[in-house]
Amino acid sequence: MPFIPHTEEDIRAMLDRIGAESVEDLFDEIPADLRSPPLTGIPEGENEMGITRLMQERAAKDGMASNFIGAGAYEHHIPAAVWQIATRGEFYSAYTPYQAEASQGTLQLIYEYQTMISRLTGMEVSNASLYDGASALAEAVLMAVRVNRRSKSKRVLLPGALHPDYRKVVRTLIGNQGIELVELPFDETTGQTPVDALAPYADEDVTAMVISQPNFFGILEDVDALTGWAEERGIPVIAVVNPVSLALLKPPGEWGTNGVDIVVGEGQPLGAPLSSGGPYFGFMTTLKKHIRQMPGRIVGRAEDADGKPGFVLTLQAREQHIRRSKATSNICTNQGLVVTAATIHMSLLGDEGLTRVAEACYANTHALVEKLAAKGIKPRFTGEYFHEVALDFGGDAANRVQTMADAGVLAGFELGRDYAQLDGCVLACATETKTESDLEQYVTTWEQAA
Amino acid sequence: MSTTDAHLIFERSRAGRSAVAQAPRDHAATRIPANLQRKSAPGLPAASELDVVRHYTRLSQKNFSIDTEFYPLGSCTMKYNPRACNSLAMLPGFLNRHPHAPASHSQGFLHTMFELQEMLKEVTGMKAVSLAPMAGAQGEFTGVAMIRAYHDARGDTERREIIVPDAAHGTNPATAIMCGYEVREIPTDASGDVNIEALKEAVGPQTAGIMLTNPSTVGVFERRISEIAKIVHDAGGLLYYDGANLNAILGKVRPGDMGFDVIHMNLHKTFSTPHGGGGPGSGAVGVGERLLPHLPVPHVIEDGAEGYRFATEADYPETIGRLAAFAGNAGVLLRAYVYMRMLGREGMQRVSEFATLNANYLARELERAGFDLAYPERRATHEFIVTLKKQAKSTGLTAGDVAKRLLDHGYHAPTTYFPLLVPECLLVEPTETESKETLDGFVAAMAAILEEAGRDIDTIKAAPHHLPNRRFNEVAAAKALNVVFEAPAEADTLARTGTSG
Repeated sequence: MPFIPHTEEDIRAMLDRIGAESVEDLFDEIPADLRSPPLTGIPEGENEMGITRLMQERAAKDGMASNFIGAGAYEHHIPAAVWQIATRGEFYSAYTPYQAEASQGTLQLIYEYQTMISRLTGMEVSNASLYDGASALAEAVLMAVRVNRRSKSKRVLLPGALHPDYRKVVRTLIGNQGIELVELPFDETTGQTPVDALAPYADEDVTAMVISQPNFFGILEDVDALTGWAEERGIPVIAVVNPVSLALLKPPGEWGTNGVDIVVGEGQPLGAPLSSGGPYFGFMTTLKKHIRQMPGRIVGRAEDADGKPGFVLTLQAREQHIRRSKATSNICTNQGLVVTAATIHMSLLGDEGLTRVAEACYANTHALVEKLAAKGIKPRFTGEYFHEVALDFGGDAANRVQTMADAGVLAGFELGRDYAQLDGCVLACATETKTESDLEQYVTTWEQAA
Repeated sequence: MSTTDAHLIFERSRAGRSAVAQAPRDHAATRIPANLQRKSAPGLPAASELDVVRHYTRLSQKNFSIDTEFYPLGSCTMKYNPRACNSLAMLPGFLNRHPHAPASHSQGFLHTMFELQEMLKEVTGMKAVSLAPMAGAQGEFTGVAMIRAYHDARGDTERREIIVPDAAHGTNPATAIMCGYEVREIPTDASGDVNIEALKEAVGPQTAGIMLTNPSTVGVFERRISEIAKIVHDAGGLLYYDGANLNAILGKVRPGDMGFDVIHMNLHKTFSTPHGGGGPGSGAVGVGERLLPHLPVPHVIEDGAEGYRFATEADYPETIGRLAAFAGNAGVLLRAYVYMRMLGREGMQRVSEFATLNANYLARELERAGFDLAYPERRATHEFIVTLKKQAKSTGLTAGDVAKRLLDHGYHAPTTYFPLLVPECLLVEPTETESKETLDGFVAAMAAILEEAGRDIDTIKAAPHHLPNRRFNEVAAAKALNVVFEAPAEADTLARTGTSG
């Protein structure tokens, strides 16, 4: 029996001690008319060798195309040590550190993670992670509404140039809270969210405002001007950022005059493989004064009975298992194992490594744009971009993207899916994993797909 | 333990040191406008690859885990996580697949996800499954949001209450609130079942639905579930099944056959994906006919000659929408698939049979050793509750004391002080993957603690004694609140590097 250690002798001895005739007797409280029919829809069991063969075949089917799609999930090199250590049984098969004395490994690691992500974003405090970038933004919106009690409108401004699936997730998760989401238009020439777009709300009651840096199109926003507008009006700002970009870009804690209130983002670029979209993790950092409104687990330093330092889950009174219907969120389990990987990843890269990764991403994407410009393909927007760019493929984009895919190059994300006015545009990203010949291959497959 | 063990990775940093093999070659400086550039380095660790590997390997050794200790944490199903599930989910073809890769380049993954949906449908008796929710609590949200979408779609908008038994997980009431509902609690009767009379009084035209766990959180099977379903349905409400305890009934009885309209499953419990120190989980949802149009996207559908693809809002115009930027915790789903295929049809009910055998055996042996069961007249399911009410009075031995002293004996503690309605309780879930010898060892440790309490309660009150730390002052920690390392980045790198070893 796979993964069940009982011998016939064990079973007999255990039933005797229980005082039952058979294992079946132990289910005698379940009404007979409810018993399950045979599970004919599930195949018979496979041994490890058999399932290995099957999974290898399936994985091989999805091929090894050269990937230039980003759109919220980015291909980066992950040091071998990251997942080898993260999948050690002591991290992999432990649970939420409810027993602090028996969980110092996980707890100290999370404390270190909180420190790293706070520093990267320029903020004061962090939680232990949320599910992903999009759901972290939804939690941030709910948190901002709790923080800004002065505002009565529950109106939140968010850019149209924010990841479209983030906007959808926010709508799903906060849809029943009476919050009004207002989308700000982007400038069709630069791809930026202009401060002018805020003018209609200058004298309105606004509860919070979201800024994405870079935005979905890879374009760099004028974050100081946008944050400054909100600061003048006492409106809390939520920043949505790419953590790798923060090696080069001004951290949200320094935007405007005093920085933003809440920072969230997708943690995937810090050591999580693309893996079809998950598991990733959402990060959230904020200011000390808002910490009691923050959702999720938080680890704090503590002293034990001998005065020896260590770490515990802290401020648990915010959470669902204590406060039940009055909790800051229903979140319980988060993305611990991926945070473990991210912490090891950030430690291995350090400031210098992360900066070099960010510079290489920037350089490769700009080099790709130059190569394509020589063939007459131009970026759709004029704004400065980090490591992702909207390319105007023209009317036959869908066919060309599929033809390129069949030739082994995933050219990018088709923007027409979410933006009718950007039909024919493809969002492409060349990270540090791409070599000169990968970039050349992109250009040649593009030409051949014409 | 030497004091160097408590050093943070920042305190092991030295300016100028780095794991050079991990950095790409140098590139020309960027042309990012000066006002958008970062002015000072973030302050990540500056350490060699060996520094980092040794630091985190040593940290891992301070954890209890399933791979190293018996971990009978009730309600969490801490069973063995087969290693093949991990290595096969991490095959390069799966790891490198971008979530927006075209369907033409995704048939291996999509086919696998489709089959996982089908197997989960079969084992739960539901009509359709979506794998999108990223954890149990998000699965709960999804379920209740669908209940709301169902009532709203029918113009039945006066239903504002969700009924929750007082024994429910804290996520249940928190979820109902996130979905814009009010929570109405109903009591549990003396035998651990829902109080039917209280339920009858609670339902009405304001009832949107009920959230139930079966077996319940007190570790017994809700015998009158069909009657409960009828009462709620007759009142126009729907039934939500919290799949936290699905391990107890796998292959024996299906939530769909009990009358539930929507369920979530914790794949990280029942289907043995790793708990990872607190996630990632996966809270797949299953629905009956009524909620089908509201299923979250994306989920995998068959599309004729094209093979498999993700369904979107265009296919499901009445969907509650998206829960994640992409398609959920795909890597977790792959692990669950491998696990289910290895168990197969005949393995499903073996899970519940041996989980139940172990729990009943352990319950009776603990009873013989002098512990009180909270529901001694009932069959244990996959878990059971011990109450220390009597001992707390006589010797001062509390559930929390037992938990801490068990750590000294090399066992992770059961869940303590949950459910809230049983005083001084331990919720014990041994799971099917533990052997009789392990259970016997645990009983011996529990008996030793009980004996010790009679003669030396002080030693127990001061436990644990053999772990990296003694008991913490959590109140002081919450007051002083230190959640990030405060030393400035420059000081870190000057800090003396601890010698490890």
